[in-house]
This record gives sequence, C-alpha cells and structure tokens, in this order.
Amino acid sequence: MGSELMFFFETVISGVMAGVMYALVALGFVLIFKASGIFNFAQGVMCLFAALALYDFMAPGGWIDRLFGITLPVWLAIVATIGVMIVVAWLIERLVLQHLVQQDPIILFMATLGLAYVLEGLGDILFGSDVKPLDLGIPQGASDWALDTLGLYVEKLEVVAAITGAVLVTVLAIFFQRTRIGRALRAVADDHQAALSVGISLRTIWVIVWSVSGIVALVAGIMWGSKSGVQFSLSLIALKALPVLILGGFTSVPGAIVGGLIIGVGEKLAEVYFGPYVGGAIENWFAYMLALAFLLFRPQGLFGERIIERV
Amino acid sequence: MFYREAGQFKSSYNADQAILPIAQDRVFVIGVLAVAFAGVPWFIDSYWVNAIFLPFLAYALAALGLNLLTGYCGQVSLGTGGFMAVGAFATFKLITAFPELNLIIVVLLSGAVTAAVGVMFGLPSLRIKGFYLAVATLAAQFFLVWLFNKVGWFLNYSPTGQITMPSVEVFGVLVTGPRATPAARYLFCLSFVALFALAAKNIVRGRVGRSWMAIRDMDIAAELIGIRPLAAKLSAFAVSSFYIGMAGSLYFGVWLGSAEPIEAFGIEQSFLVLFMIIIGGLGSVLGSFLGAAFMTLMPIVLKNFMVDGLAVEVVTAKHVEITLMGVLIIFFLIVEPHGLARMWQILKEKLRLWPFPY
Repeated sequence: MGSELMFFFETVISGVMAGVMYALVALGFVLIFKASGIFNFAQGVMCLFAALALYDFMAPGGWIDRLFGITLPVWLAIVATIGVMIVVAWLIERLVLQHLVQQDPIILFMATLGLAYVLEGLGDILFGSDVKPLDLGIPQGASDWALDTLGLYVEKLEVVAAITGAVLVTVLAIFFQRTRIGRALRAVADDHQAALSVGISLRTIWVIVWSVSGIVALVAGIMWGSKSGVQFSLSLIALKALPVLILGGFTSVPGAIVGGLIIGVGEKLAEVYFGPYVGGAIENWFAYMLALAFLLFRPQGLFGERIIERV
Repeated sequence: MFYREAGQFKSSYNADQAILPIAQDRVFVIGVLAVAFAGVPWFIDSYWVNAIFLPFLAYALAALGLNLLTGYCGQVSLGTGGFMAVGAFATFKLITAFPELNLIIVVLLSGAVTAAVGVMFGLPSLRIKGFYLAVATLAAQFFLVWLFNKVGWFLNYSPTGQITMPSVEVFGVLVTGPRATPAARYLFCLSFVALFALAAKNIVRGRVGRSWMAIRDMDIAAELIGIRPLAAKLSAFAVSSFYIGMAGSLYFGVWLGSAEPIEAFGIEQSFLVLFMIIIGGLGSVLGSFLGAAFMTLMPIVLKNFMVDGLAVEVVTAKHVEITLMGVLIIFFLIVEPHGLARMWQILKEKLRLWPFPY
C-alpha cells in the first residue's frame, strides 16, 4: 500500500476510536433523555466527578486513605465510585428532579446546568482541582502488533476504549430489552402517564436511569482520564458529545454510536485534509457544522423518533 | 393602600393602550429613570461602574435580546456569546477603519451587522426545533469565536491576539478608553439600554411581537391562522441579534476596553445570559433586567461575603462560589420557575390588598 493510503487509513482509524470515545459520553445523555425527557447538560461534569472520585479512592492522601488509612485496589475503587454515583443519582432525584416534575423542558435543562456547577464545585472542594494522572493499568502507547504486521499506528488505549464501548452498548441493549427494569424504563420513555397508570414508579425509574448514566459517565471518565489526565477540561467533553447527540438523535442508543463514529471520522479527516487551508484548530466547530448539515435533511437526527406535530 | 388602580378611569383608546396603564407604575418607572440618569452619575466611581453598573447594563441589553428570541419567540439559542463577539468585532473594525464616525452610529451599525449574521444562523430554525436547535446554535458560537481568533483581519493583525478600543469622544465627551470618566461611560450605556428597552416593550405588544408569541405557543397553529413562520422566526433572530450585537459592542467598547475572543466571548457567556433570562423570567422585559442584576450582583456579594466576611481563602472561595451559584440556580428554578418577574407580579397583587387582605 502507498504511504498516502496508509495515512488515510490511520486517520480513519483514529477517527473511529475518537468517535467511540464521544459515543461513550453521548450514551449517558441518551439514557436520561429517553427516560425523562431531560437534556442533561451535567453529563460531562458527571464524567469528571466520577473520574475524580475514582482517582481519589486509589490515591494516597485521598479520602479513603485519610479516613481508614488504606488505599483501595482498582476494582474496589471502581465499585466504590459506582456507589458514589448511585448516591449522587439518588440525591439529584430527591433534591432536584422531584420538585421539577411537569416543568418545561428548558427549565429542567437549566436545572441540569445548575447541577453541573454544583458537581464541578463539589468535585474541586472534595478532591482538589489539580491535574491528576489516572493509571488503571490500561495499556498505553502504540500497538506493536498493528505496527509490525500492518504498518499502522494504532493507540492501545483507544482499542481498549472501543472494546469497552462495544461491551457497554451490548450490556445496555440486553438490559433494556431483556430485564424487567429495562422494560419499565422503555415504558416510561414511551409515555410517562401510561407507565404510571400500570404501576411503575417514576421516581425509582429516574434514580435507576441517573445511576446507569452515572456508571456510563464513570466509564467515559476512566477512558478520557487515562488519555489526558483527570482535570477540569474533562467536563468539556460534554460539548464534544452534543453534535454526536443531535446527529444520532436524542432518543436513540444506536444513533449515539453511529453519530459518534461519523463525527469522529469526519472531524479527523477534516482536520488533516482541510484544516491546514483555513488555519487549523477547526475541530471545535466542525462537528457542529457537520451535524447541522445532517439536521437540515433529517431534523430529528439520523435515528431519532419522527417528530409528529398536531394542532 | 398605595398601589391601587381603583378610580383611574380611561377616557380614550390611547390611554387604555398605554405601555404602563397604572399611574403608580408610571411614577415608579419615571422615578427609577430619573435616579438612574440624574442621581447615580453624581455618586458613581470607577469601582462601581466597572464592577456593577456597566456589566449590568451590557448584560441587561444582551438578556433583553435573548429574551425576545427565547422568551417571546420560543427559539432557544446558545449562540449569545458568538453574537456578542460579532457586535464587538464589528465595533472594533468600524472604529479603527472610520475613526471620525460617531460612536452612536458605530454601535447601531454593529447591531445591524450582528442582525445579518443572526439571520444567517437563524435559517436552520425553520426546520430544526427545540433542543436540536439549541445545540445547532452552538455551531454559531464555536464557529464565530474560532473565526475571530484565526483570521488576522478581524484582529487588525494584532500580535497579542487582543482587540483594544481606542479612546473615542461622543459630542465632545470622552466615553471609551482609560481616560473616560465613569459617569460618561455609564450614561452612554444607560441611554442605549433605556431607549432600546422602551423599543422592546413596544415591539412585543405590537403585531410583530404577537406573531412571535403565536409561533412560540405552537408554530403549526400559528401557521394555520396566517402567520408566516419564515418572517416571524427570522425577524425574531434579526431583532434579537441586533440587541445582542449592541450589547457586545458596549461590553467590549465601553466596559472592557480590550478583549480576547476566546476569553471574553466563550460559551460561558451564552449560558450566563440564558441564566439571566430564566431567572429573571422568560417573556418579560422587566425580567431581563432583574435577571441581569441578579447574576451580576450575586457573584460579587458571594465573594465579598466569603473572602472578607468569613476570611475564606480566595481559591476555596471560588469553588464554593461555583457550587453556591449552582445551588441558588436550582433553588430559584424550584421555588419560582417563571422567574423574578413573576415574583414581582405576585408582590404587586399582594400590594393591591395591603394592608387589608381579605
């Protein structure tokens, strides 16, 4: 193969991997939007918060160390962080959402923005605001196998992220389709009133959904944190996930994945082949423009539910 | 006792359709304007004008603009920061290219330029609705800021990447630059805000404003009764961007004096202005002012209280401030989702019966 073509493939592959990372964040958005119609802007900060908590539980000088004089091994720290995220979800439902039932979507959106501030501030106060390297033993650097046999440069971390993403989506799909709770979640997503009338508790469902998206946030936080360290900018990946979200449709899990891949690949290709002509650093807005162009043809996103309007 | 409209009879249609039909409201508004124009300039000093009055006025104008679009026409926009940047950069380019042009005309022209850009980014609103539109307007935010940062022409090839406002006189009085007196800067901004608040109040109760509200309440139904969505939505985007552009112009020209595109017009600005109109009250001119005042004053009060009152360290205070701001926002949304303007209305209802509620 020519080196031009190899370069093209490398770009596409790194785009696919970046896309999976975006999709991981977008997934959390979709889960909450489906079940409660809330556009949860705090998802990015939840990733940050989860990653901060995880780091803190393992680090010497963290809360666990100070309270009990031990640091947790990786798997226990992950379990503890999942516990923290469930508590956070429960608190959010109790203190915020419960009081805002039946409000306009924009009010709920603003409330999640407020939530983002709270989580960000709390994360800083509890865990400190300096950059933390997150090391869970995920392999780093280029994959030797791909480099030797195919001559391609592939990041190991990104491969792990892609596999994790695939596993996560499969587990979520099974959870949604096969379990009792999953069925209840889909019922709530379809119609709140009808779900209530057959005896599904909305409040329990909301706690579950926010917990699940908290766990998804943890996974995304681990991946992004391993890549670039745990720091404030982690919460800005929410902004990266938004175009993925509107491209795929707010209500579709497969949409989040496909949207993530399209955005990831498109962004990388544009940056490499088109960026140099306009001065670079276009990845900030290119994804949005791409999503906007798609939306003009399909206003509900690629996989979103068709918007039917009646008078 | 004092706030009671019993006995105020209207004998003409004009009197019935006045902006403020209740005499006490008229007195109150005229009183506020008199204090703002004739009283405040005597006491104002550099700290007050930079920390409180100018931010309040600039943000009030921006909030007013966003409220026209989001509160009255129902189109959620997260591109406010980008549009403010357009206004600021239009002012910078105009004032450096034509130094003899009157600053009033420059500010108006900056608004007009922003209106044109706003219409362009408003076009997708004809097909995209709700949160899809909100996210789509982020495209404007990121694209515009990137454009101003990357293209040297907008910055006049400034090596620092900053734009700086030259000192400009209006009718022989210096209003921008470091040597301008606080009172002059304040009065310049106040005149714009007062004038355009009056204009906004009139726009929203006229034909245009009613067509916006019809679109907001249900756009298909509005279309069926003969309102053209194209004209209504794009006019909302144009007028709103005009206001926001002027706000950006005052924000940069009179308040900050120099600005750097990413710092000064980032996405935080968009959210800040959106917070203002939500906390102030969607679809209310008064609400835009209350929201702007609240969001300008709250961080200052919180910071002063913690750093001076409780002697908290500055870094910790910053984190606590962010947390408290989030908590306050959520608290306000829970207590009164319709904002401070609705609280004011409830207060007025109570005042009517005071001191003999039945």
